[in-house]
Amino acid sequence: MNTVLSAQDISRALSRIAHEICEGNHGAQSVTLLGIPTRGAHLAFRLAHLIESIEGAPVQVGTLDTTLFRDDLKLKAPRALMATDIPSLGIQGRTVVLVDDVLFSGRTIRAALDALGDLGRPSRVQLATLIDRGHRELPIRADFVGKNIPTALTQSVKVKLVEIDGVDEVSVSEGAPL
Amino acid sequence: MRHLLSISDLSRSQAISILDTAAELAKVSDTPMKKLPTLRGRTIVNLFAEDSTRTRISFEAAAKRLSADVINFSSKGSSLSKGESLKDTAQTLQAMGADAVIIRHGASGAPARLADCKWMSGAVINAGDGTHEHPSQALLDAFTIRKHLGQGRNDLDGLRVGIVGDVLHSRVARSNVLLLTKLGAHVTLIAPPTLLPVGVESWPVTVSYDFDSVLESLDVVMMLRVQLERMHELFFPNAREYSRYFGLNSARLKALHPGAIVMHPGPMNRGLEITADSADSARSVIVEQVSNGVSVRMAILYLLLAGDTSIETGI
Repeated sequence: MNTVLSAQDISRALSRIAHEICEGNHGAQSVTLLGIPTRGAHLAFRLAHLIESIEGAPVQVGTLDTTLFRDDLKLKAPRALMATDIPSLGIQGRTVVLVDDVLFSGRTIRAALDALGDLGRPSRVQLATLIDRGHRELPIRADFVGKNIPTALTQSVKVKLVEIDGVDEVSVSEGAPL
Repeated sequence: MRHLLSISDLSRSQAISILDTAAELAKVSDTPMKKLPTLRGRTIVNLFAEDSTRTRISFEAAAKRLSADVINFSSKGSSLSKGESLKDTAQTLQAMGADAVIIRHGASGAPARLADCKWMSGAVINAGDGTHEHPSQALLDAFTIRKHLGQGRNDLDGLRVGIVGDVLHSRVARSNVLLLTKLGAHVTLIAPPTLLPVGVESWPVTVSYDFDSVLESLDVVMMLRVQLERMHELFFPNAREYSRYFGLNSARLKALHPGAIVMHPGPMNRGLEITADSADSARSVIVEQVSNGVSVRMAILYLLLAGDTSIETGI
């Protein structure tokens, strides 16, 4: 196992992404952050905290579970649903920034886009991810990337966050992801 | 979990996972777009060999909200009324490519027969079999109780539930006793001795013949329908006497402690086991039970049909 991002690296990457989101959207009044559970949701709340300290005003933040929209449900064991919490202003006409921990095949993001479509019509959808490991299977790209990590398909990328795992760390190990 | 035949097949964590999934799916019912694409292309058959309103339309609504195709099939107006056997019916459904069969049958054990046989390969969901079990009803009852009295916990630990009336003929009572005690509730059965099943002393419950003496201690009062259609003997002297001793009326409603809720699986015999003012009172969650039923049945269909259930995960 090979650690590629330390706690400090993660915190630097997140604060850069927070600045980029504010810069690209001329502030954050029109922005709604939606984290994809479980780790993407924690990253979204961290970004919201950072953006609030940059802009001096709270930003809309929530979570979006994509499980019911996945195309690989039948290929895997039944899975539990995670929380979907759309913030008070909804997503209609907003700039939605999806937040996930690792961008890989792009299929989770496709499911997220479908889920968004049923909730309303955002004026724009952007994607922020802590790690982009490549190997896209769909024409999807991220607008904000913490770090690009070239990987082989046989490797797996593991993001650990304090909220769940007790430590902030990103590592790459041999052996295909589960 | 491949089928849902009986609450006794569920572990405590599986039961809680169904309730948690239902809680997430209930949120979808509050959004303008109530339909999810999850079960697109799947065919679900409602096989109802016994009458039903709530359960059948609730399963149908649940399946449709998950985008499955639903075929309704009831004994009246089908070859079941011509005496076609369960085996032939099952093979017909298999030939039509049913991914799941939701079955209600007058014979206890009919769903288990269907699940164990080689007649069909789909998932079998018990929607009430004879006087055996009605698991989806118990799950929606537990969901409703948890929502009102669970105080953010995921189980029903320490809650006191009274199940009142015709326990003998009630599959709802049987499933509820199994599920509610599994989730940590304390269940008291309140009924005349003639309407309690043989062997009730071995159930994990307390039994009382005196409704008034236990009334104050209950958090939940679950009234059961007096199943006149299954009563081929005399079980109580007359309806008036039954109502006086075991019916819920406004006086008993007042004796309940504040916060206690009143439930009934429906259909109600208004005036027999429950008076109209009790059924329509602010404590009554009877109508809410019906809407919760759709969310709980969506959860059951999702967990049985969306994933590959040959992989065991404990959900």
